[in-house]
Amino acid sequence: MNVLKNLSQDKLGITSLIFIVVLTFVGIFAPLIAPNDPIAVNMQLRYASPSWEYLLGNDHLGRCILSRMLYGIQPSVLWVFVALAASVSIGAIVGFIAGYFRGNVDAVIMRICDVMLSFPVYVIAIAIVAILGVGLGNILIAFVLMKWAWFARIIRTSVMQYVELDYVKYAQAIGMSHPSIIVKHILPVTFSDIAVVASSSMGSMILQISGLSFLGLGIKAPNAEWGMMLSEAREVMFTRPELMIAPGVAIVMVVLAFNFLSDSLQVALHPQLRQSNQSQQKLKWFKAPAQHEKEVVK
Amino acid sequence: MLKVENVDKSYKTHGFLKQHRRKILTNINLECQRGECLGIIGESGSGKSTLGRLLIGIEQPDCGVITIHGKQIRDRKQRKGHVSVVFQDYRSSINPFYSVEKAILEPLRDYKMKEISDELLDRLLLQVGLSPDYKYKYPYELSGGEAQRVCIARAIATEPTFILLDEAISSLDVSVQLQILDLLKTLKSEYNMGYIFITHDLQAAAYICDRMMIFKDGQVQETIATKNLPNVQSSYARKLLQNLITF
Ligand SMILES: Nc1ncnc2c1ncn2[C@@H]1O[C@H](COP(=O)(O)OP(=O)(O)OP(=O)(O)O)[C@@H](O)[C@H]1O
Ligand SMILES: [Mg+2]
Repeated sequence: MNVLKNLSQDKLGITSLIFIVVLTFVGIFAPLIAPNDPIAVNMQLRYASPSWEYLLGNDHLGRCILSRMLYGIQPSVLWVFVALAASVSIGAIVGFIAGYFRGNVDAVIMRICDVMLSFPVYVIAIAIVAILGVGLGNILIAFVLMKWAWFARIIRTSVMQYVELDYVKYAQAIGMSHPSIIVKHILPVTFSDIAVVASSSMGSMILQISGLSFLGLGIKAPNAEWGMMLSEAREVMFTRPELMIAPGVAIVMVVLAFNFLSDSLQVALHPQLRQSNQSQQKLKWFKAPAQHEKEVVK
Repeated sequence: MLKVENVDKSYKTHGFLKQHRRKILTNINLECQRGECLGIIGESGSGKSTLGRLLIGIEQPDCGVITIHGKQIRDRKQRKGHVSVVFQDYRSSINPFYSVEKAILEPLRDYKMKEISDELLDRLLLQVGLSPDYKYKYPYELSGGEAQRVCIARAIATEPTFILLDEAISSLDVSVQLQILDLLKTLKSEYNMGYIFITHDLQAAAYICDRMMIFKDGQVQETIATKNLPNVQSSYARKLLQNLITF
């Protein structure tokens, strides 16, 4: 597809995409790939340093850190991503309806959002877990229920600045249906805003969910999850700081990959940014005269 | 063809504590035939663009009816293929994600009216005085005049019954204005379309319009054929004309 072709010219973007795709596969096939059993306790290897059998060493119970990292991809990244996608989609649909149609629909939707936003996320998550029971799935449901309102607000604001534009009015005047106007004219221009909020909440959501796992509400104890590994490592932060490296670096890399990918997607989708990006790359090679640069910037 | 009867429009204004409704348009009546160009002239803030938005059916009047071929203009399906519009701000008139080709073919694709051929696109571009190579360009690569021509090409693509031109030439250079006015004149005779030409520029209106509606504070002061322009009755229209002459 066209977007993919444009994306492939952006090295950082394509690297992030490949990273995320590989991570997804590794996460799904973790049981086949992982060298050891992630929950097998071996007290002799307590805090052992990396060896050929345990490439990233062992934790406070002598479990293989690498295997735990691999098994942790699924709950920490994949399910969080699914929850994020769900809440962004709900938020987007609601936000588009509110921002596009305005009037009473908007007022009603925004009041509902206000109500949702007035509850603290953690309290509601705990309440939902109390009703539905402990488990990652229930925490994710709680997050979807809470976060959509926040996305809806942001997306609505973004939509509102575009519905007044003349090309939207033109499309309305020629009798185009509202759904196709939203999809063709408003979704592409608001996509960058949506991508930015979504990719930046990916990081905070991974951390929040691991926080709830830490409280014992999410993933149950022996199972691996990055945030939980991090909090386990925190207990021995001053004596064994190296235990924080693997989960810490992994979380940072995932968050960065999502941020870079969303940046690159914006450029790949937007013709003007794409153009200036290409010319800038050319500029790097040829050192074009300043006048050309001015044209591009404009 | 296009008929406006007893239309009023007001907007809510948010005052301190209580809401007011401000009346923008009062009792507007007008009619525009196919092949006719009706000018709407008035000063800034007199409600011309508001009337324009009502005419293309994207806003609802408080009372009164606007019909095209006897059918409600508010009905989206009735507008298809009959109504088109060119706005003043050429920068926001084309979706920045669309190439010129996609922008011009948008109404045709939406109606699925006929086979869309490459020839048609080239012909439209040539008609508005652009080379067919422009179809691969994006809006930010166009100058103001070029963008406005693309908008005109897009507006005539479906050969609509009437086109609303809301200050369509006001933000352009004088020489380009003349070119576009000439272009509009030719296109009008070719396709037999009706124009509603909204402007505050009496001269441009006199150049292209058959009839003019002098507009003030949301009310029609006078409707007059262009050739009778020197003997207008209402005092406001006289003043407008005098200002022009003393210039
Ligand atoms: N959506 C709106 N809500 C509230 N008031 C509005 C709205 N749109 C226009 N108005 C008011 O209606 C009046 C007429 O506006 P309009 O844009 O129709 O003027 P105009 O004749 O087109 O002026 P110009 O020549 O400067 O374009 C203005 O005083 C404006 O404040
Ligand atoms: Mg106006």
